Amino acid sequence: MARRRIRSPALTSISRVLIMNSVKTMRFTSVILFTAIVGLLAVSAFIPRASAQDEPVVGPKGPVVIKPMVSHIGNVTGHAESEQAKSDYRRYCAGCHGNYGDGTGENAVWIDPKPRDFTIATFKCRSTPTGTLPTDEDLFNTIARGLDNSNMPPWNTFSKQQRADLVAYIKIFSPRWEKEKAGTPISIPPEPPVTLQSISHGQALFAKLECWKCHGTHGEGNGPSASTLTDSQDNPIRPYNFAAGGDDSRFKCGKTNQDIYKIFMTGLDGTPMPSFADVIQPNDAWDLVHFLRTLQVHRHSKENDVLLAAHGVIPPYVDKSAPQSAAPANNNKAAGGGQ
Amino acid sequence: MRTRKILLVLVTLLVSASMMFGGTVTGKVTYTGTPVKMKPIDMSKEPSCAKQHATPVLNETVVAGANNSLDNVVVYISSGAPDDGQVPSQTVTYDQKGCQYIPHVLPMHVNQEFEIRNDDQTSHNIHPLPKVNIEWNKSQPPGTPPIKEKYDKPEFIPVKCNIHPWMHGWFVVLKTNHYDISKNGGSFTLPNLPAGKYTLTAWQEDYGTQTADVTITGTETKEVNFTFKAKAY
Repeated sequence: MARRRIRSPALTSISRVLIMNSVKTMRFTSVILFTAIVGLLAVSAFIPRASAQDEPVVGPKGPVVIKPMVSHIGNVTGHAESEQAKSDYRRYCAGCHGNYGDGTGENAVWIDPKPRDFTIATFKCRSTPTGTLPTDEDLFNTIARGLDNSNMPPWNTFSKQQRADLVAYIKIFSPRWEKEKAGTPISIPPEPPVTLQSISHGQALFAKLECWKCHGTHGEGNGPSASTLTDSQDNPIRPYNFAAGGDDSRFKCGKTNQDIYKIFMTGLDGTPMPSFADVIQPNDAWDLVHFLRTLQVHRHSKENDVLLAAHGVIPPYVDKSAPQSAAPANNNKAAGGGQ
Repeated sequence: MRTRKILLVLVTLLVSASMMFGGTVTGKVTYTGTPVKMKPIDMSKEPSCAKQHATPVLNETVVAGANNSLDNVVVYISSGAPDDGQVPSQTVTYDQKGCQYIPHVLPMHVNQEFEIRNDDQTSHNIHPLPKVNIEWNKSQPPGTPPIKEKYDKPEFIPVKCNIHPWMHGWFVVLKTNHYDISKNGGSFTLPNLPAGKYTLTAWQEDYGTQTADVTITGTETKEVNFTFKAKAY
């Protein structure tokens, strides 16, 4: 056993002598202990080689230019130029997102959905309107949360500083971060209580806004357009299946009701999921959230409790303000200009 | 009041027309070879659109006419135009009607406002796919107000509706006001060109671009024709 370790090329002649001497004198258990220490020494011999990883990336596109980008999350400030950011990106991110942040890391070909291309700065999970840059906090949260149904794992073992540094680091890949500010987060009114009425109104909106065209009438991701969807890179993409998953079933951009609200009000940029911010009133949006929760049939939620109390039957929605809202529906084109 | 307004407009038009005397470039866009046959679009998944068309509409990637003419080709001055920077104040319109984009190709100036309307009884999501400009994606259910937008960089931007996968169109964002779309048998006209040397570019969404140089000295009309090689498939 000991002889095997001795053959390790990493050992110096001094340690070899030491081992030979000690093998003679020590008992078997201490031999094991000692070989463990030698093993550690051998590993440490490789450390200089590992630190060579920190040299600048020089590929066909030349070295990565690290710009002095920063991020602000609460009282934490992240720096793209920090050593931590550089080594974390290379160690944990570059495998998929690529050294140049263009989403072509060596694992990318095997991954679906494809890793984010930071050079176009289009992000799914935002609190900001469609077409705008996300806030630092949005990116910070995405890193910690990971993206469900994708290969992006939750990096929740990272310290806040590490994540803030990475948020700053990915900004070096797109010039948009130098020219534009993040969008203004949409305002979300406080959530009204869940009622049968709100679920029923949400269901009416789900039908009217034709969410079912992609997501299917029962939210199973099997609507008539579902099979034809592609993302902005022309890769096939599936609409979210609300009914899949158990009690922990999550949405791509978080698991709270506020997160669902944000998803359809800001859209998932780079995917077929559009923004509904211009077409849904804030309180109506909460009704839609309540209905969407009932599509998660295997998940325990206050919405499903309300529905269960009503024996699982959603009453048809009766629009109490119908006389007022029905009129503009007919001459909406004329009313459109004045709105 | 109204008649006076119309008169005023007429007078200003006359005055500006007399000021804008210049050369004209006109011509035809044609193809050689055999273009792929455009397939009829199956809109049966969207009955409210399907019933608007007595016969199925054809895919509009290549709009070929009699005598090998090509419509829907954008012809524009790609260099030499003197008034690159002037952004027209009028809004151009992109309509969604019968689950088609009307027009199929919408040329416009950089930073010019355009509006997207939905005249259908179904929801559309308007999803332009720019690479240089900024990408967004908005839902537009029936009866909602037009979406107003502009692009600040020149680019040929494909537009699609994810809900109705057959819907394809283009925003052609140019840094010139001297452009035309070939129509009625592939004809185009670029009027009011001051004397100068110009490069003309013709762009067809499937066949790519072609260029031609032309020199205008006075108020003459020059003829420039473009011939694209049709792709077999």
